[in-house]
This record gives sequence, C-alpha cells and structure tokens, in this order.
Amino acid sequence: MYAFDYTRPASVADAVAALRSAEDGKLLAGGMTLLATMKQRLAQPSHLIDLRAVPGLSGIARDGATLTIGATTTHAAVADSGEVRAAIPALAHLASQIGDAQVRNCGTIGGSVANDDPTADYPAAVLGLGATVVTDRRRIAADDYFQGLFETALEEDEVITAVSFPVPARAGYAKFPNPASRYAVVGVFVAAVGGAVRVAVTGAGQSGVFRVAAMEQALAASFTPEAIADIAVPAGGLNGDIHASAEYRAHLVGVMARRAVAAAIG
Amino acid sequence: MTTDGIGAPLRRKEDYRFLTGRGNYTDDINRPGQAYAVFVRSPIAHGRIRSVDTADAAAVPGVLTVLTGADVAADGLGGLICGWMIHSKDGSAMKAGAHPVLAQDKVRYVGDHVALVVAETQAAARDAAELVAVGYDELPAVADTAGARGASSAVHDEIADNTCYQWELGDQAATDAAFAGAAHVTTLDLVNNRLIPNAIEPRAAIGDYDRGSDSFTLYTTSQNPHVHRLVLSAFVGIAPEHKLRVVAPDVGGGFGSKIFIYAEETACLWASKRVGRPVKWTADRSESFLADAHGRDHVTRAELAIGADGRFLALRAHTTANLGAYLSTFSSCVPTYLYAPLLSGQYKIPAIHAAVDGVYTTTAPVDAYRGAGRPEATYVVERLVEVAARELKMDPAELRRRNFVQPADYPYQTPVIMTYDCGDYEASLDKALDLADYAGFAARRADAAARGKRRGIGFSAYIEACGIAPSAAVGSLGAGVGLWESGSIRFTPTGTVVVHTGSHSHGQGHETTFAQLIASHLGVEPGNVEVVHGDTAQTPFGMGTYGSRSLAVGGSALVKAADKIVAKGRKIAAHLMEAAEADIAFADGKFTVAGTDKEKSIQEIAFAAYVPHNFPGDLEPGLEETAFYDPVNFTFPAGTQICEVEVDPDTGVVEIVNFVAVDDFGVVVNPMIVEGQVHGGIAQGVGQALCENAVYDTGSGQLVTGSYMDYRMPRADDLPSFKVGLTVTPNPSNPLGVKGCGEAGAIAAPAAVMNAVTDAIGQEIQMPATAERVWRALAAAPMAAE
Repeated sequence: MYAFDYTRPASVADAVAALRSAEDGKLLAGGMTLLATMKQRLAQPSHLIDLRAVPGLSGIARDGATLTIGATTTHAAVADSGEVRAAIPALAHLASQIGDAQVRNCGTIGGSVANDDPTADYPAAVLGLGATVVTDRRRIAADDYFQGLFETALEEDEVITAVSFPVPARAGYAKFPNPASRYAVVGVFVAAVGGAVRVAVTGAGQSGVFRVAAMEQALAASFTPEAIADIAVPAGGLNGDIHASAEYRAHLVGVMARRAVAAAIG
Repeated sequence: MTTDGIGAPLRRKEDYRFLTGRGNYTDDINRPGQAYAVFVRSPIAHGRIRSVDTADAAAVPGVLTVLTGADVAADGLGGLICGWMIHSKDGSAMKAGAHPVLAQDKVRYVGDHVALVVAETQAAARDAAELVAVGYDELPAVADTAGARGASSAVHDEIADNTCYQWELGDQAATDAAFAGAAHVTTLDLVNNRLIPNAIEPRAAIGDYDRGSDSFTLYTTSQNPHVHRLVLSAFVGIAPEHKLRVVAPDVGGGFGSKIFIYAEETACLWASKRVGRPVKWTADRSESFLADAHGRDHVTRAELAIGADGRFLALRAHTTANLGAYLSTFSSCVPTYLYAPLLSGQYKIPAIHAAVDGVYTTTAPVDAYRGAGRPEATYVVERLVEVAARELKMDPAELRRRNFVQPADYPYQTPVIMTYDCGDYEASLDKALDLADYAGFAARRADAAARGKRRGIGFSAYIEACGIAPSAAVGSLGAGVGLWESGSIRFTPTGTVVVHTGSHSHGQGHETTFAQLIASHLGVEPGNVEVVHGDTAQTPFGMGTYGSRSLAVGGSALVKAADKIVAKGRKIAAHLMEAAEADIAFADGKFTVAGTDKEKSIQEIAFAAYVPHNFPGDLEPGLEETAFYDPVNFTFPAGTQICEVEVDPDTGVVEIVNFVAVDDFGVVVNPMIVEGQVHGGIAQGVGQALCENAVYDTGSGQLVTGSYMDYRMPRADDLPSFKVGLTVTPNPSNPLGVKGCGEAGAIAAPAAVMNAVTDAIGQEIQMPATAERVWRALAAAPMAAE
C-alpha cells in the first residue's frame, strides 16, 4: 500500500469538499474492493475520504411502495433486515449471497453500486427493480446509471447517499457464483414491478449489467419459467474466462433466469 | 498407569496455542535491529536479462542494500540443488540447469527472483523494489507440459529439448508381449492437474548473522531444518555446518512445499552478513502463488491389459512430467521413484512398464506436494481399473477383488521395485462397501434421476508407500541423503520427560502423538512429556517430516530410545531393589522384582539416576538416551474410498453426496488425529478433482490463477460429512506396527471422485471436473436412457 492521507468528514458536504480538494481522492465506505486494490499497489489514491462517520448515510426505511437503503448500509444489514425481507425478499437474498460473512459485514450497497463491478450482485437488483440511485445532488434512474465496466453516471465529485427501490409485486434472484471468488459468473434478477417485468443480468456482460428484452416480454405475457425456456441469449458480447466461457455464460443466463422466476413465484 | 497411551483419542496438546493465537510462527519472531527484504521478481515468463539498474532503488531513504545476481556471483554463492540423481534409460545423468539464488543471465518463470532490496522497513523495501529497473529481451514462453519437448525455445540454453531425463522402470518387452496377447485393453489419456500448495502460513525467513560468534541463525518455515542446514552449508556455502543454526518454530502447514531449500530463505541469510543486520522476509500471498514449488502436472497415456478371465496381465504408462523452470530440492524423484513403483496398485499385475519424460517449462518449479507421485500413480491405476470394469461390464468392486494381492501372498514382490509386506485389501473394500451402502446405490440413482439429477459412484482402492527407506536402497536409486530418523528421550530428575525428535510437526500433532507413544512405552503421563522439534541446536540430526514418515520412522527411533531407557532403568532398579537384573520386569511405568511385591516407579529410577547416592558403580549417572532408526522397508498404507456424486445437468455442478474412506494405517496411536489427517487429505484430493487448477497462459506464460480470485480452493460447503473407517494389519516392518496416514486421503480421493463423476455423466473428462467441463460433456452427448 502506498502512503495516503485519510479524512473522516462529518457530513456529505464535507466529503464532497474533501473530494474536490484532493488531487486523487477516493471515497471509502466498506473498502472491500478499494483496500484490496491498494494493498496490491494497483491503486494509489492521494486521499481516502471515509464516509462511515457521516450521519444519516446508513439505514433502511420503507415509505409505502418505496424501500430506501442508505449508501453505507452493509450487505449483512440488508440481508438480515426484516423490512427488506418483508418488502423485497429477493433483495435480502441477494445481499446474503455476496462474498463471505466478513465481506458482508464491511461492504456497503453504495460502495458496490458506485464501483459497478461487472460481476457484482447489487447492479442486477438495482437495474432489475428499476431502482433510483440517490446522490448528494440528484436522483438517477437505474437505466441511466450503469454505463459500462466500472462506468456510471456519477460525476467525479458526486456522492451516493441512498438507493431507492420500488417494492415489486414479486421478484427473484438466482446466481451462479464464481467458484473461486464467489462473485457472479451469472446473476439474474427478475421482477414484476410497476406493471412491467424487468430482467437484469450481472456477471455475464462485457459491458456490465444488462437487461434482456426478449425475456421481459415473454414474462410479461406469462410469468413462468416455461415462458422463457426457449429464449437464448447470444454468447457474443459476453465475458469468457477460465471459469466460464461466453457460451457457458449464455447458457447459464437462461438457467439462472428460469430459477429466478421460479424463486419469484415461490 | 496412564490410559492416554497408544490408541487413545487424546486431544491435541498443541491446539490451545494454535486456536488462541498463541503460536510462535516465523513471522512472529522479530530480532533486534532487524531489516526487511523484498524481492524483485520477473514479470515475464522467459527472457534474457539485459541490464539491472539499482541506482534509484538504492537512493530510497532507508534502503540498506540492493543485491543482484552479479553480487551472488561475486560472493561465490553456490546455486540451489536437487538432491536426487535420476539417470535416463540410456544411462546418462539427468540434465540439471543452474539455479542461482538471484537470476544471472535469464529469467525462467514469472516470479523468478532477480534482485533483493533490504531496507529499514518493509514499506521502504517495497518502494525501492519498484524502482529496480530490469531490462529484458523477452523469449518465448514454454508453458505447456505436453509441448515442452518440442518447443522452439529452450528454458536452459544448454538443454535444447527441454528434457531433464527420459527415465523408465519395468520390463518393456514382457509388458508389450502381455499386451499383444490380451483379451481386452483399456486405454486412457489422463491429465494430472497442476496444484499450488496454499499452506495457510506463507513461507518466511529471518537470516541472522552474529559477528561475535561468526555464526548464522536461520528462522524459517521448514519441514526439515537439519536438511536445510546441510544443503545451505555443504552446497550453497553459507557457512560451515557448525556455524549455522536453523530454527523452524511453529509452522502453519507445508504439504511438502516447505521441504525445499528456496532462494528467498537462502538470500536472507546471505544478506544478513552483508548488511550486518538480521534480515526478514515474509511472503505475501501473491508470492506464495508464484514461487512456492507447485505439485503434480503430469500428462499420461495409460493402458491396462486384461485376460479373458478378467485378470490383469500388464500395465504401461508414458508420462510427461512438468518439472518447472528449475529442479527443486527433490523434484526429480517425485515423478520417477515416488510414482512408477506404485503402478502395481493393490493388484497382481505380472508386467509393468513406465516411461517418464521430465521436462523443463517456464513455470514455477514443481516438487513434492501431499502424496508426491503416489496420487499420480493411484490416479492412473484406479481410473484404468474403473474404466476397464465399465468396458467389460463388470462390477468395479468385483474386478478389483479378482485381482487383489491376497493376504497369503506377502511378502509380495511387484514388478516395479516394491515388496508389499502386509495388508488385507478385501477387508477394506468390504467395509467401505458396507459404509457406502453400495447395495442401495441403484435405488439412490433412480431417485436422483426422478429429481432430474445424474448420480454416479466411484471407487479408489489405493496403496501408497510411506517412510521412504531404507537408506541404502534409496541411495542406490539416486537419493543424495539417508532417510532414517533420530529421537532422544531425556528424563528430568523429577521424572518428567523431554523428547527430541528429528521429525518436524507442521500440523500433524506430533507433540501429542509422540507423548502418547512415550506414555505407552515408559508409563509417563502425556502431560508430563514435552516434545521438542525444529531446532538444529536442540535436536539430534534428523531428516524431518514428509512422506507420512514421522511415526513410522521417527516414532520407531523413539521406541528404540525408550528400550534403551528401560534397559538402563532395569540395571538401576536391580541395584536399588537388590535383585538380579534378569528378575526385573518393566510395565506401566514400574520396575518390579519377579515374584515379590517390590517395585520402583520410573520416576524414582530417574531421581536415582540424577542423585546417584546409591547407584551401580559401573553405570553412568543420568537417564537420557538417543537412538537412530533406519527402516527395513517402506510402509504400505492401503484402503478403499467410495465417492458418490450428483450432477446437475442444467449447470454441470457436481455435488459430493457421500464419501467413504476405509484405511489400513496399521496400528493407530491417536484415532482422532488420524481421522483429522484423513479428512484434510480427502479435502485436498477433492480439491484436485473438482476445484483446483494452476493455469499458466500458454502464450505469455503468465500465471492466470495467481490469487484466490481465480485459484479455486475447496471449501467446507464443497464437502459432505465423511464416513471413515479403519482396518488394521499391523506393520511387521517397524516396532510400532504403524504405516502412516498423512497423505492417503489426498492420494486416493481424485480417482474416487473422477470415477464417480464419469460414472454419472457417462463421459471421460479431465480434472478438475469444473461445472463447465461437465456441462459441455453432457451437452455434447444427450442424456442416454437410464
């Protein structure tokens, strides 16, 4: 790890100010990606701006048809939350499948969504539910938020404060974990929400999380695994590595989508 | 009398400190004035070193020195050696490429050690290491085992065909003749996948030169500190042996990887004298992946000839074994003498021929890893037998039974060196069949099919060879060392015992097992026995721990020492009780006079020996004895594993649903420790079969699986609750009747798992049976009617 300066702002405004004044500042939440990268000397930020002491950034609240999760809420808190389990059990399930117990007790939803790792779980839920990413200055719809590998709509000095999820009629998540890292080789989130069906796939796409329109249309007509049994996702544009070729990932998208639908039906 | 002797499942004495963070590992040790070493490693697989510029690194504040291959050469430091000479079938000696402590002309794998920075802090050393500018002229990588011999690029310039040796064992003419007359021949092409050891404690070293005594101390992660000292002194030339002390404190797992004498530990010693400070290095996990000696990596064509009556006629195997870029300390013997002599398995096979090509590649050195040659042999034999049974439409248990060496056959001479001395293979098989409910398998398979799963079952009836010996025999096969062991027993005046052993515990539980052995032989409570190991300044010269040898060889040395203690105690007791020595009996820690109620405890005898006011005049005071033991034979643990899997055809995921292991380890001292060794071994064997795979990119030679993000270790939820059992045929070849249990699980399990997987899917695939490989096999061949 290279030397860096560390600050612990007391407000979002202070964090934004610190970020603007730093030469190459990075926001620190759970640090599950950032610290590992720094330890390997693959990142050399000049400043770490630790959000964990900022009041109001953590917590889970339901307001009618909306479930809002604060940016520094840990995966374990989401997985264990009665509020989340009641409103969107698929989201609690997803959080319970991230990494291992240590990661879930440090890693945060805001960190995951800001980092936008193409094999992370949360992007599937955010896109699959059509959630809204709330920042210090605006609200960004999921369809506008994810812009590619580790690329998001966030400005350089923008801070995620929360993610707001619409409570769906039903939703399910099925993940084929990378056997080594337990990131998603393929993770599919399906939801019937706001009168439509959304299907979002993480882990597989070369450009990060993506939706599968053909499946969404078929499921809108019939929300059953059988409805999408014949829908193949082309292997072109999918990732391939030693754990799973693009062809295998394409196959798994179908399997996981059917299992997610089955889970959503219960 | 103690009840905690041989046979008791005594809790491990060492676990309190291990489980509560009170162990004392090399990295826990800090010497006054200690500096820190960081290695500059090759980022490329193969290339000539054009230049090494250390000026910027040396200018970093806190840097004490930056050392390169030129400094190694200038100081005349010897290279690292391989301690086992192999001769090719044409009689020529193996071709060993030079292995300098820091690279001098070329780099030969990603992670090869190029330069060493020593600084006041680890951070300063790392900062400086990044500033060492090395210019390379890159050469093509040679990363493919099967293609190494024909590669256009030579790893060592003087070895044009990248071939260290072309070795053979057995009678080729007789084998070929038997194949010509066979009713059936089973042929398999097998890949024994490359593994990375992944001991939980990374390698570490502190080199500590003391100018006052002109002597060195090396604190390091070693399975065999005396062997380290011998090699570092006699071959590398660090110091005369009496001026070098090697301490291996608590060591957190080795699996073979800490047998070897590596560049890093050597360089810390050398650098400590140059800078006049203790020099510490602890590998980070990335370095462990890159630069620990890897294991396995064979490509084999194997054939089994079978007669019309289902009896085996002959076996032949042609193996290409990847030795990596340099010969590691014992690498040459692993795919030769630790492999081919096991190709007879548990069976009577009249003719066997093995040919092994040992090849250099631009990858990390490959050496012994839990099982070392025997897992590779077992995989060849047990996969062949299982597939033969399928081809012959015979029950795989029945085919094995028909060909087993029988109890009446001992000693049984195989065609490949080994003389099996005892065993009962059918007893292990029968017990395993029972534990596995083999009779109920068909119903379980049908049930699985109804749930959309494919269920398979597989056997592995393994035999292995532990306690490699005797010394004269291994010497005749090329070993550069003897393979005996030492032990000493020292009574204190108050009757407690300190045991010194030349073997080394790095997870095996010797502090408990050896204490139990003393309890049984001398009647001293295990709690009153302290076992000391791992320090050349304290223990007699010994060969260390590997090859499941500690109890069979090191334990036998302690039995011999205990016999000497009893013999001397008998003289003292006879004197004290005014009886003839011949009338003194010893049992349960008491010397008694036959036919009387006179007795003296061994503690009383010890006190008399150290306070010899009333003592035999011709006897030396004190009660301390040392013994050395050179075995008469290998030991031959054997048994049967049965694995049952279910495959999800949608994803290809394999789940192990049942795993049975029945082992004959001879006499068992601590059944709980033995069961733990079996569990760990099976986990590693399952890891090889389903999970682990060290992958080098064949184009660039980069290690693709250089972290836990890509190197897939087995985890608790990959494994079922094992069903284990024991059968016992006491070993006639050592005084304890023991055989060795440390590697059997890892030796047998890959074949059991792969036999089950291939049974489930009806296809041959190579290890590891990843989900994608299984899915592809099933996708290529639609599900046949059950």
